Amino acid sequence: MGHETAEWVMVGVVIAILLYVGVDSWVVQKEVEEVPADAETVKVIGQQWFWSFEHQDGTKEVNTLHLKKGHAYNFEIYGKDVMHSFNIPDWVVFEDVVPGHVNHAWFAPDQAGEFPIQCREYCGLLHYNMRGSLIVEDTP
Amino acid sequence: MVLELKKPRPVWQIMFSTHHTDVGLLYLVTGLAFLFMAGVLAMLIRTHLFFPGQNFLISDSVTFNRIFTVHGLTMLFLFALPVANGIGNYLVPIMVRYKDMAYPKLNAIAFWMNPIGGALLWLGFSDTSWVSYAPYSVIRAPGPAADMMIFGLKILGISSILSSVNFVVTILKCKHPDLPLRKVPLFAWSMLTVSLMTLVAMPSYAAALIMLLTDRLGVSGFFNPTAGGDPIAYLHLFWFTFHPEVYIFLLPAIGMMYELIPRFSRKPLYSQGSGVFAFVMLGMIGFASWGHHMYSTGMDFTTKVVFMIGTLAAVPASGMHVFNFLATMWGGRIKFAAPMLFSVGGIALFFSAGAGGVLNSAMPLDFISHGTYWVVGHMHLFLTGTIAFGFVGMVYYIFPFITGRMYNEKLAKIHFIMMLWGTVQVFFTQHLLGLEGMPRRVYDYPAEYSSWVQLNQIATVGAWILGGGFVAFLINLLYYSSKGKEANMDDPFGLGGKYYYPHTAKNPHHIGY
Ligand code: HEM
Ligand SMILES: [Cu+2]
Ligand SMILES: [Cu+2]
Repeated sequence: MGHETAEWVMVGVVIAILLYVGVDSWVVQKEVEEVPADAETVKVIGQQWFWSFEHQDGTKEVNTLHLKKGHAYNFEIYGKDVMHSFNIPDWVVFEDVVPGHVNHAWFAPDQAGEFPIQCREYCGLLHYNMRGSLIVEDTP
Repeated sequence: MVLELKKPRPVWQIMFSTHHTDVGLLYLVTGLAFLFMAGVLAMLIRTHLFFPGQNFLISDSVTFNRIFTVHGLTMLFLFALPVANGIGNYLVPIMVRYKDMAYPKLNAIAFWMNPIGGALLWLGFSDTSWVSYAPYSVIRAPGPAADMMIFGLKILGISSILSSVNFVVTILKCKHPDLPLRKVPLFAWSMLTVSLMTLVAMPSYAAALIMLLTDRLGVSGFFNPTAGGDPIAYLHLFWFTFHPEVYIFLLPAIGMMYELIPRFSRKPLYSQGSGVFAFVMLGMIGFASWGHHMYSTGMDFTTKVVFMIGTLAAVPASGMHVFNFLATMWGGRIKFAAPMLFSVGGIALFFSAGAGGVLNSAMPLDFISHGTYWVVGHMHLFLTGTIAFGFVGMVYYIFPFITGRMYNEKLAKIHFIMMLWGTVQVFFTQHLLGLEGMPRRVYDYPAEYSSWVQLNQIATVGAWILGGGFVAFLINLLYYSSKGKEANMDDPFGLGGKYYYPHTAKNPHHIGY
């Protein structure tokens, strides 16, 4: 096989891999962004340097969020001062907090336990310590 | 030999010169000095992160934030750009067979803006992170640090535009009429590509900086939501410049490898045409992907898909460069002197960095990697693994032509092994840290996450090894430039000399028109 043919084969293989990555991402992302109709809304407010939450029934929490196993939740994400990023790494919940915008992320925990919440966009002095926790309760 | 500093000259003669090799030397020395300064900051950051809860080295998070900000700004604007310009100044006029750069005075002015911009960045020591996202940089970042950074970057941006104009005119207009553009050596092609890219990309950031400044002064509210502005606008203006800019940092290093690899493989380049095509492709497609930095800002699905396609579309051209290098080395009588070792190491790391890049271009995966140490690992595989490797290889190559002396090859090999080892250990580990969810730009992390602690310690030890390699580099630069063996100027690397060295062209000064 000459170099020239080999180069075309290389370009072909690379394009095939990219097509696979692209199409697969399209499919997965499409699925991920489909919010279930029965998802309960939870308001998330990110500000220097803590998280506050407001449930649909009006109860408020700071830095610790209690949710129930087996329910779907849709986060409505608000910002007060600078950019932050709302992140629950164990559940791949991740969306920027952008002041002036309302962003969304949803998930449906199917496992009880305690999971870290953190900020993943640099926001100044205590960015490293803008941590909270999610407690998923087993109650039906 | 054109590049040789025939006789030692007083420093001021070089400083006030406008000759392209003198300006090139100034760029190189400045760029390398900033490399070592920013390297010290990197060592501080990594050493600090060795243990969680540590504060003896860096006592508070503001200082830490300032350190990683200035580290990033320095490496990008005061190391990567100046070194590319330095080598460009040396080689481009010779490669297009002209007596100097097209506008020598402009060239010297563009250079002298670098120390001024650099001084502003270092004296200010801002804490905005290198991206300076609004509204933090507008409403919270302390002055005068942030304002000095804005002015410093403004000056460096103008410098970059001026030197780009100079390279474009030198290559397109001052090229010897007998030399067709497509035959111009690929390093000059890389400088042409990145110069044209700079002219298109830079204005958007230049505008954003002015807007940041007026926002900070309170006379406008472009990016400040409480004044009716929008932070997302800043992100678009910023990344419209800086995604293309990552190729502006990268391509000169690839161009340098195109100089080194055929020479040390003692074989002609596999394909000039493929190299030119890949540069031009990257130069254009590089503008279609800035949004991959913004997937999680609330971007709608269709926009994300468009930017993902734009990002992936640039990958085949990078593959063509790698192929070109491998096909050139194939069957060559390779001489593994330091410049070649660094080129080959750089190609291997370029390949792994690109593979990681494809992964974080995929939208769902980016929600795992964005804002974590994965991204730090990704960009450093390019910036350290590819760009610094190419630059260091080129510096070793050009060393005898500049100083008339040989560096110490053994020391250079030690440098290579430590740098390759260190790079792999730090930056591969950082990919794993990202997968474990550790955010970037953090002063501290919880001690109870044992996997974070372990991976941080592995990365830090890797950084020390990497730093040790640079000590070897420093000795080579400082000691062997005055005390090294005299180089055989006809063929310093003992390659046989059958191959064309553009810089050996006799008296290029008289070839112009
Ligand atoms: C195969 C080519 C490449 C692909 C597919 C690619 C892809 C990406 C993606 C998707 C991101 C966003 C990651 C995130 O923040 O979530 C990113 C970030 C980044 N890339 Fe690349 N990249 C490529 C080449 C390069 C090159 C050549 C450089 C530098 C010379 C580079 C430097 C960076 C930097 C500096 C960032 C992070 C900026 C920041 O947030 O501070 N990339 N890349
Ligand atoms: Cu934060
Ligand atoms: Cu990018």
